[in-house]
Amino acid sequence: MIPAQDVVDLVLQSAAKHGRADETIVIVTDRAEASLRWAGNSMTTNGVSSSRSTAVISIVRREDTAHIGALRSSLVDLAAIDGLVAASQQAAQTAPEARDAAPLLTGSGAPADWGDPVPGTGAGAFAELARSLSAGFGRADRLYGFAHHIVETTFLATSTGVRRRFTQPTGSVEINAKRGDASAWSGVSTPWFAEVPVNAMLGDLSARLDWARRSVELPAGRYETLMPPSTVADMMIYLGWSMDGRGAQEGRTALSAPGGGTRVGEKLTDLPLTMYSDPFAPGLECSPFVHAATGSERMSVFDNGMDIGRVDWIRDGAISALAYPRAAAAEFGTDVAVPADNLLMTGGTADLAGMVAATERGLLLTTLWYIRTVDPTTFLLTGLTRDGVYLIEDGEITAAVNNFRFNESPLDLLRRATEASRPEATLPREWSDWATRAVMPTLRIPDFHMSSVSQAQ
Amino acid sequence: MGYRYGGTVSSRDVDDEFLALPLRQLADAALAAARAGGASYADLRVHAVTTEILQLRDGELESAVLDRDIGLAVRVIVNGTWGFASHAGLTTDIAAEAARHAVGVAVTLSALNGERIELADEPVYRDATWVSDYRIDPFTVSTADKIGLLEEYSGRLLAADGVDHVSAMVNTAKEQVFYADSFGSSITQQRVRTMPALEAVAVDAAAGTFESMRTLAPPTGRGWEAVAGDDVWGWTAELAELPGLLAEKTKSPSVVAGPTDLVIDPTNLWLTIHESIGHATEYDRAIGYEAAYAGTSFATPDKLNRMRYGSPAMNVTADRTVENGLATIGYDTEGVAAQRWDLVRDGIFVGYQLDRVFARKLGLARSNGCSYADSAHHVPIQRMPNVSLQPGREDLSTADLISRVDTGLFIVGDKSWSIDMQRYNFQFTGQRFYRIRDGRLDGQVRDVAYQATTTDFWNSMEAVGGPSTWRLGGAFNCGKAQPGQVAAVSHGCPSALFRGVNVLNTVEESGR
Repeated sequence: MIPAQDVVDLVLQSAAKHGRADETIVIVTDRAEASLRWAGNSMTTNGVSSSRSTAVISIVRREDTAHIGALRSSLVDLAAIDGLVAASQQAAQTAPEARDAAPLLTGSGAPADWGDPVPGTGAGAFAELARSLSAGFGRADRLYGFAHHIVETTFLATSTGVRRRFTQPTGSVEINAKRGDASAWSGVSTPWFAEVPVNAMLGDLSARLDWARRSVELPAGRYETLMPPSTVADMMIYLGWSMDGRGAQEGRTALSAPGGGTRVGEKLTDLPLTMYSDPFAPGLECSPFVHAATGSERMSVFDNGMDIGRVDWIRDGAISALAYPRAAAAEFGTDVAVPADNLLMTGGTADLAGMVAATERGLLLTTLWYIRTVDPTTFLLTGLTRDGVYLIEDGEITAAVNNFRFNESPLDLLRRATEASRPEATLPREWSDWATRAVMPTLRIPDFHMSSVSQAQ
Repeated sequence: MGYRYGGTVSSRDVDDEFLALPLRQLADAALAAARAGGASYADLRVHAVTTEILQLRDGELESAVLDRDIGLAVRVIVNGTWGFASHAGLTTDIAAEAARHAVGVAVTLSALNGERIELADEPVYRDATWVSDYRIDPFTVSTADKIGLLEEYSGRLLAADGVDHVSAMVNTAKEQVFYADSFGSSITQQRVRTMPALEAVAVDAAAGTFESMRTLAPPTGRGWEAVAGDDVWGWTAELAELPGLLAEKTKSPSVVAGPTDLVIDPTNLWLTIHESIGHATEYDRAIGYEAAYAGTSFATPDKLNRMRYGSPAMNVTADRTVENGLATIGYDTEGVAAQRWDLVRDGIFVGYQLDRVFARKLGLARSNGCSYADSAHHVPIQRMPNVSLQPGREDLSTADLISRVDTGLFIVGDKSWSIDMQRYNFQFTGQRFYRIRDGRLDGQVRDVAYQATTTDFWNSMEAVGGPSTWRLGGAFNCGKAQPGQVAAVSHGCPSALFRGVNVLNTVEESGR
């Protein structure tokens, strides 16, 4: 394959040659991927892949309107570029007016690392992991799991001079251990697969399976519950994905306020919790600029190349921002806010051991699963507990408990939370296909609503 | 000329653009390199997926993007271990290199493989071709014309009283696959699918609340004819009725929670079938291959031919041949010809979904053809065929079923869904809920979810509607596996009557 940087140049040259668009955006992403999967102490499906995505967005301007044609292709054949550009320009010529039109950003040259080689990955990333797993496979517990490494390098260029480049490493390891009917889970996010703590994960799993030597059946009901970071991440990421400003302004989301407007400013909790995204958060680094081939209520293709900064979605317990691309921010007279591809919640000061010790009777969860919206007006979500619900009695974990179906809103969880721990890096179990970069606290919920019992183990 | 397989006839050919690729040369290069590397088995797949997703908000274009994903994949068995590699390039050098990479993966990991891979036999199909049945290739219709139709449909809804916002979406896809394996099969296939949806929203700004209702048109293995005109779906009638139905819903009373008799329309029941039968009868789940992710299944092999899944009225088939089914195909991703078989017969669990490895593992002579990968860059895994509840012999209408209920609900359209990791406990909502009183519909209610354990639910099924009530629903986005893969699948079913299902009031569930 020719270098991605050359594809960028060829697209812009082709766009100028065809000349049927006023502006052009090109986004080329080279992706290398490797995966390991195992079940019952044996490898199952494993592989490596290499791919490229080239997105061409043509913009035709007519007086005060703009019209977009967007095509994306994985073709790496140079002969395909001209056709891709021509089709994009043709689509723009016939497209209706774009509702999120804005001037393209301008730039003046490529960053210093523009021409550097593109990093990759392969099965070699798992060498140390495989050695540790091999030892685990020889033990009595049955191990299931997945290790995944993706390295994506994105090149963004516009006909107005913007040139930006970013390499996004994304990695995760999940291990599920089973002993009899007991099941436990451990997962970590690991962008470059450096020092994956497999032995510590296996030790943690073994300890959790030991907790399940005693099991207790509990009915549905409301329980004092400690939600560990992975479960908080899964609920808050879903909330974060739903915090678009337009929907709230138009009265069709749970963040719309009675009487009109939005719930920005509403105090959810007296706990000093701040939920934010920040592309420069240590260990959770992600793209510091917009690169979008398609528009949505949270992102506009006209904003391609725009800096993404830290946004406090909740600050000191109050809703403080909703997502607005530039055009929507102008329409509603508010600030631009674009989410980075990570989520953090800070402000808690407790620690999990102390929270367990301070619990007279309650539940400690491990992970959540199959989370879906039940009622969008209150953002009521349903889902299941999974791979370990533990009973806390008099400050100690005393047994494993059956799984439950819950019905809860992340907004209401924040409204009712009574304690939060110091945040820690975690892997959101439900959303790890899309979101691996999270730092979250453990939350104490005095009355978590377990709607029914699940027989699943 | 047309191609025939499994009852499906198409008057179409595979597109020339795909056939012009050096498919045979790629296969020869990959299979030769795999053999040279020591592979006992190898297959090559050239996989192209073209999609176009159009989204409008209040009649204005929000997003339109045309995607074309193509690449080659090589899968090998070396020392009884799978190896896989893919690449975006379509040259013979890259195909050979991918084969060597796949061999390398298998060799590296064979020490960690505790179970030798063996494939069930399948006849060899040389130079086979299959094309799905559709009238209008959606990629021959201009994007501007597609957007124009969605604008017009949106406008009809926006013009109605009580409709404040409208979202419109259509997702079209064309999938082309060339497959060749070291047994000698070589198969070229092409299929098309379409998913349209419009949703109307009514806002009560003073109260800070809102209500929505979506069209019931299902995703289907058809072309643009499913969106334009009323031949396939009654768009004129549905778009005319929707605002009035939404207005009625906004004014309807909140449901009374508790055990309730339900008559469920196919537009809702298909999704319950998908989650509680489709996924539960996947053999890979049942033996733990998905334990860390999608989950396992209560329907374990020891229960095959023994467990009562549901009432005697419950007959469920799996098939990859139903007309316009989203999982309908000529041959699966391992070169196994499409079939139809029973999963549940007279309420008894009798069948699984299999690929060639799992058929062998279950002791069967042949796979039933459920292997699928959603792109060149993903490993084929066992995926769901079209799984359908069969109608009763007596042609009971939906009204006949409703007439048997003194007090209950009639549920129409799917919305929210969730089920646990062993497919026991599920909860669903819907688009519309009608109160049944004395065997007749008596207006809508709102805030409804139904919750049950799979076998309790299907054993509570007293009756199924007849063939005249049977409809095909489905989804574009069924997720499974790591790395995550999506698959499109259809589910047919009649209306059906269930007794004493637990109905929740979602406002009460939220603690308000």
